[in-house]
Amino acid sequence: MLKYYLCLVWRDLLLVMRQPAAVFNPLVFFVLVVSLFPLGVTPQASQLSQLAAGVIWVAALLSTLLSLDLIFRSDYDDGSLEQLLLGSQPSWLLALAKVTAHWLVSGLPLVILAPIVSSMLFMPYHALPGMLLALLLGTPTLSLFGAVGAALMTGVKDGGILLSLLVLPWYIPVLIFGASAVQAASSGMPMNAQLALLGALLIFALMVTPAATVAALRVGQMQG
Amino acid sequence: MNIDAPLNFAPYAKQSSAALLQVNRLACERDDRMLYQNLSMLVHCGEIWHIKGANGVGKTSLLRQLSGLLPLVHGQVEWNRQLECPFIYLGHKLGLKDHLSAEENLAWLEALSGVSNRIKRLAALDKVGMRGYEDSLVGHLSAGQKRRVALARLHLTQASVWLLDEPLTAIDQSGILVQQSNLRQHTQQGGAVLLTSHQDLDMANVRILNLSALIKSDQC
Repeated sequence: MLKYYLCLVWRDLLLVMRQPAAVFNPLVFFVLVVSLFPLGVTPQASQLSQLAAGVIWVAALLSTLLSLDLIFRSDYDDGSLEQLLLGSQPSWLLALAKVTAHWLVSGLPLVILAPIVSSMLFMPYHALPGMLLALLLGTPTLSLFGAVGAALMTGVKDGGILLSLLVLPWYIPVLIFGASAVQAASSGMPMNAQLALLGALLIFALMVTPAATVAALRVGQMQG
Repeated sequence: MNIDAPLNFAPYAKQSSAALLQVNRLACERDDRMLYQNLSMLVHCGEIWHIKGANGVGKTSLLRQLSGLLPLVHGQVEWNRQLECPFIYLGHKLGLKDHLSAEENLAWLEALSGVSNRIKRLAALDKVGMRGYEDSLVGHLSAGQKRRVALARLHLTQASVWLLDEPLTAIDQSGILVQQSNLRQHTQQGGAVLLTSHQDLDMANVRILNLSALIKSDQC
């Protein structure tokens, strides 16, 4: 089973390595949004550092939304999805593998880029570990909930806005607790509560979304 | 059920007469149109079923219903419970990634049934005449070659019944002969094949299920 999981994750990573352009777009978007704030709002360090937590989380959330369509679109179009769903291995594992691959190419790079872009917003350095921890807990949750929306949209041709509307309500708690964790970290306050809530959201998503994703994918197959 | 061909008693089937697949009064409705109804059939070891009919009559829908990709509204589909891996479905969409090589594609498809064996993958490619292309990206192959790679997958599973949607599209004359002998070999080993094709099969003992005729006879 583990072998099956790893094989599917490797397949998706290999595909990304062969055609990296699609994955770069959301990342470039993330960096652009953050870097435009000092230009558009104010270059003053004191004000920017107040905004930093929220800006980074909003940008991460929007860039995840941009990348959601990548999870299942090409698999649906070329028929791989039919084969994946018909496989004899447990199908929640398939959903988990797809989400893992998606997080590795869109969530993890955000976490890695975050310290660099946060320095543009004059975020205090002592807040960095807290921000990384919050992002590490929060971005997988975004991928997991996003996969359900993306799966529901497989049978729909142009579902861009609909996908955002479907997924956004699930993203709001992550945004609130994520941003407030970073805010607490930069003002030197304890952030245990926010991190615990982010962790709880992640566990909830891990338990619920794989089954929901597979169910949604099966609905999408009825159109085909 | 409409059968034009002589009945095939599957003389070489090792397992006895137990049906691999039992379809009972199956109906299919797409976009508020009834495609077929009251479709019943028994598929036994050693049989090849050629599903025929005009465009849009429901050939693909039938195969998708059998595979479980389309929900059953009326009727039942029962696979023989003793089969470890009852069927494999190859759809009109090939299920191959353009940016992976032929062998890499077979590797992940093989992993779906929980195994991995490179030697078997190469042997499967050999069986469909694609040996030597294992490292070529599927996106660079011709339509017929892609189809052959997709068919190579059949030789990697233990599936008893092959559900094939237009498996011979874009394949050249000599390739079709090879595929037909592969199908024949599968039935001789106790499997069965259900396929759709607009081409007539140049094989003996093919049972024909004509969906167009089935619908007409229902309306009378």
